[in-house]
Amino acid sequence: MLAIWKREVQAYFYQPIAYILIGIFFAISSIYFTFGTIASQAAELNNLLSSIIFILTFVCPILTMRILTEDRKNGTEVLLVTSPVDVYQIVLGKFLASLTVFLVMFASTFIYLAIIYILGGKPEIPMLIGGYIGFLLVGASYIAIGVFASSLTENQIVAAIISFAILLVINIIDPIASFVGGFTAKVLDMFSLLSRYKDLNSGILDLTSVVYYLSFTAVFLFLTTRVIDKRRWSQG
Amino acid sequence: MIEIQNLTKHYGEIKAIEDVSFTVNKGEILGFLGPNGAGKTTTMNIITGYMPSTSGTVTVDGYDIMDNPGEVKKRIGYLPELPPLYLDMTVSDFLNFCAQLKDVDKKVWKSQKNDIMELVKITHVQHRLIRNLSKGYRQRVGLAQALVGAPEVLILDEPTVGLDPKQIIEIRKLIKALGKNHTIILSSHILPEVSAVCERVVIINKGRIVAVDTPENLSKNLADFTKFKMTIAGPEKKVKELIQQVYGVKYLEVQNTGKNDEFGYIIEAYKDIDVRKPIFHKLAQAGYPILELRSLGLSLEEIFLQLTTEEKEVN
Ligand SMILES: Nc1ncnc2c1ncn2[C@@H]1O[C@H](COP(=O)(O)OP(=O)(O)O)[C@@H](O)[C@H]1O
Ligand SMILES: [Mg+2]
Repeated sequence: MLAIWKREVQAYFYQPIAYILIGIFFAISSIYFTFGTIASQAAELNNLLSSIIFILTFVCPILTMRILTEDRKNGTEVLLVTSPVDVYQIVLGKFLASLTVFLVMFASTFIYLAIIYILGGKPEIPMLIGGYIGFLLVGASYIAIGVFASSLTENQIVAAIISFAILLVINIIDPIASFVGGFTAKVLDMFSLLSRYKDLNSGILDLTSVVYYLSFTAVFLFLTTRVIDKRRWSQG
Repeated sequence: MIEIQNLTKHYGEIKAIEDVSFTVNKGEILGFLGPNGAGKTTTMNIITGYMPSTSGTVTVDGYDIMDNPGEVKKRIGYLPELPPLYLDMTVSDFLNFCAQLKDVDKKVWKSQKNDIMELVKITHVQHRLIRNLSKGYRQRVGLAQALVGAPEVLILDEPTVGLDPKQIIEIRKLIKALGKNHTIILSSHILPEVSAVCERVVIINKGRIVAVDTPENLSKNLADFTKFKMTIAGPEKKVKELIQQVYGVKYLEVQNTGKNDEFGYIIEAYKDIDVRKPIFHKLAQAGYPILELRSLGLSLEEIFLQLTTEEKEVN
């Protein structure tokens, strides 16, 4: 698993893809920081985080689109599956590699934090921790969805479109739920990643939310192993 | 070393292989010969644990691939039809990655890596990106990948396809050398390739095993003998005697049919003598009717026609 993680992280940084994604993320978040946080002289980062979380809807599908498709296309899936590693280790190694790039990208926001401190701001620590944990958990869930999508096809563009579509639905699920109401709303709420994020980002460190995100991630990674196994059983 | 029993694989409606059984002895190079679409890749994918079979079993060194996949995978190095390479890595990094994947001990790996690279002659390209290597070199890196962890068994799926004649000769030489201390299954659709490298050949066609023999016997039988089966009503001993008297009959084998007055006879005869007519007359005289006459040699011949039997470029 460690070997797969290491290879994939290296592959990200051998190619321009990781730099481009990190660059785009940093550029957009800098705009929000300069014209939002600094301009309004706010001594907190939670508004910024909740504003820029939409970027993940675009970044995560691109980040994960080739993570499993590539192995099917160039035949390395045979190498991975016929080595003495389990399928879940393959999936976990790939997921953690994408998550690592995400973390590097996310770590760029520490610069804003440093600037706030330098300018004499004193952000509330619990709020900050809640905001960061929430952002991280949402990112992990999005990446799990992306990894799942990339197990479905050999074509990375198709994989990106599938995960983008899923994330888009997740983004608009709250308004849909409040529109339909009743029992359906309760069901839809199970897929509402962002409503729980709002709680976390306002400093409510609710353990059930954390467990929710971790389970959501685990379920999608598990589904990914099922897809790979299923294909081995039915096709080749 | 490897036991394959009644292996069957269906892809939905398509029956890729049916009831495939053969064994591979320790230390031998076994040729797995068959035309395109015969089921070679499917069989190899099952042996290596890439995909499960519909039914049947594979054991390697006594371990079943379904019950003990880890133990089996440890013992096998696999070079698939499409060599599994990460083009964005250097040869050296890629081999290190394979060693970690296969859990090779770090101290062992250092010297093993150098040995492998020397053996397949890629030491001088170890720092190049695989993307920038020629097809022949990529195939060697693929072979190196199969050798990582020093597995006892090597499974090589058409390793010379797409290479130029010079590269083909080198890869074959390499496989022969590897045969000295590995058990190898080598698949191919080229008859002379298998004859040149292998000690024993399993021929597969349309998903079924049709012959198992040494390359010499196979080509000899094909060239000089015909084989057919007769079912004859009459006492076994008498009929056998009569057939053996016929000029041109080389070999005779009797099979039980389940009925005690009917027997099957597998007859091998020299090709240029038609023994069917004299056999008929003899049996008719003696009053033993022929119930069935079926040519066996023909099916094998048909398969050979589909195989590539000439290698103008190489020789
Ligand atoms: N993934 C697959 N799905 C459906 N049919 C397949 C698949 N792979 C192989 N086949 C079919 O199974 C048969 C055997 O194929 P294969 O094992 O690749 O033969 P070979 O390697 O001898 O050329 C062929 O008829 C082929 O079309
Ligand atoms: Mg094949």
